Amino acid sequence: MAAPGSVKLLLAASAAFGAASRRCLLLVGAGKPGRHGELDRGNAASRGASRGFSLSAPSRRSSEDKVTIHFVNRDGEKLTTQGKVGDTLLDIVVNNNLDIDGFGACEGTLACSTCHLVFEEHIFGKLEAITDEENDMLDLAYGLTDTSRLGCQICLTKSMNNMTVRVPEAVADARQSIDLGKNS
Amino acid sequence: MAPRGWGCWRWAAQPRARLLSPAAAPLGFRQLLSTVELVPHICVVGSGPAGFYTAQHLLKHHPQARVDIYEKQVVPFGLVRFGVAPDHPEVKNVINTFTQTAHSTRCAFRGNVTVGRDVSVSELRDAYHAVVLSYGAEDHRTLGIPGEELPGVLSARAFVGWYNGLPENHKLTPNLNCDTALILGQGNVALDVARILLTPIELLEKTDITADALRVLRQSQVKRVWIVGRRGPLQVAFTIKELREMIHLPRSQALLDPADFEGLEDLIKEAPRPRKRLTELLVQTALKPPKGEKADGKAEAPRAWGLRFLRSPLKVLPSPDGGRVAGIRLAVMKLEGSGENAQAVPTGAVEDVPCGLVWWFKSPSGVIATTMNDGFLTGQVLLQDLEEGVLPIGPKPGYSSIEPLLKNRGVQPVSFEDWEKLDAEEVAQGQAAGKPREKLVDPQQMLQLIGH
Repeated sequence: MAAPGSVKLLLAASAAFGAASRRCLLLVGAGKPGRHGELDRGNAASRGASRGFSLSAPSRRSSEDKVTIHFVNRDGEKLTTQGKVGDTLLDIVVNNNLDIDGFGACEGTLACSTCHLVFEEHIFGKLEAITDEENDMLDLAYGLTDTSRLGCQICLTKSMNNMTVRVPEAVADARQSIDLGKNS
Repeated sequence: MAPRGWGCWRWAAQPRARLLSPAAAPLGFRQLLSTVELVPHICVVGSGPAGFYTAQHLLKHHPQARVDIYEKQVVPFGLVRFGVAPDHPEVKNVINTFTQTAHSTRCAFRGNVTVGRDVSVSELRDAYHAVVLSYGAEDHRTLGIPGEELPGVLSARAFVGWYNGLPENHKLTPNLNCDTALILGQGNVALDVARILLTPIELLEKTDITADALRVLRQSQVKRVWIVGRRGPLQVAFTIKELREMIHLPRSQALLDPADFEGLEDLIKEAPRPRKRLTELLVQTALKPPKGEKADGKAEAPRAWGLRFLRSPLKVLPSPDGGRVAGIRLAVMKLEGSGENAQAVPTGAVEDVPCGLVWWFKSPSGVIATTMNDGFLTGQVLLQDLEEGVLPIGPKPGYSSIEPLLKNRGVQPVSFEDWEKLDAEEVAQGQAAGKPREKLVDPQQMLQLIGH
């Protein structure tokens, strides 16, 4: 079935392709990311390289860097997984092959809203400030809430250990019930 | 089954019958599979995002389903390749997901096959358990006003097709030898067209815009672009990301009449969040121009774009020799009602605006998330129909009965492997030019390259 190697290759390739993904670890030294879409654009090659490195890095990080996250999928199923401090929530979903339909269509480049997640209030309040560009994309998200963010923009911190994020309902419910009603 | 890349990244590692909807009953599937062992053959017409997302859902949620995606173009991906603007490469990342779908052994791309000409819908219905029509809007409406036949009046759809390398538009080669252009319509495609006209050429040179479009845009004299809408600033159809891009466009300034925006903030207090934030950005740009260094830079901007509201086209005005567009006569409108449903009605007044180019269009709508959900929903409804016995339950031949028909008719379908050869060729050609790819625009050349 899924060859983990091909996942890595695809990610490296997509980074090199020019994706303006958020790379938390890289940006730490550069101050507040701000309009990182632009910031990252000229930096694709180095990001591709660092991406490859971070994926293939030996596991010298101890378990204390691991953060446990619970995703509640659209059907209510709970998916529990772990990630490293500094990974984005999109990274977590991709690296762990979490089965969330259509998640991260633009691969973390702030060009869609498919990695929309709903946070617990106490976590939401502590998240890094949101950029205009992320808000612009959230405007188009289905099922927007007061504690919504895009998973590709949220980097794991230790204080997020054991947090629960919810994948909002995606389908247009009204139309769905009409369509299904016709057939029954 | 261990095909390349299948099951990786956004896909479930194990194919299993699980539907999105809590109403779906996995039990029904198991019954179906154990009693009939049905292999559903499903035909998807059109390989744009709707087709691919539908296929993705079907393959993921039915362990046996086989999906054939028919496409009249030689190459896949529809509007992702031919509609998404070349300076929005991020949006095209969905191609990676579609490629994973196409690599499934249960999925086949059948390019270069025009449904309705090479094979009929009823032939497809005989061969498959279900036929999904996701071929988009094939509407060739006209503008319907005098003078629309003049050189310089362009369908925005054809223009977008031209700079994106759509074969049927590759001879369009518009003449951009005028200083003012006017676009009828205030949606995202209107802003795409305006942005492509105004973006500094050195930025476009790094995109996958066609070589012909670059050549023409290099010689463009267009300095000012008016984006005209029938209704008001509270009814614009573009989204905030595209507006923000216009506002941040290097070496271009926004021409917004403050009078159009005064008092709007009071009207949007109760509006939904997207409309509210969009309007706030418009108001801020129109009434509170940026200060300091940035403002200085913009004041000297050699190019400009502006929004004009409450104007509806009446007549394209010819140049004295009648040879091309010199302007457009617009009816001055007023709004009846308010909000999203407000109607524009003529006041009786008219305004003539000089311009050397006019774009008009009727365009597809929606963002990728919309199409993704629609595609998944289509797949879900189809699986439900299958489960409930609404679709034929006996065996169907699928492609094995279509293949000889196409052969007899001299049609040579293009496979996904063929596309990957073309893809590699485009990327190689692009690399030589410092672009992500140089799109091939001639179908004959493409077919030659893959040995057809």
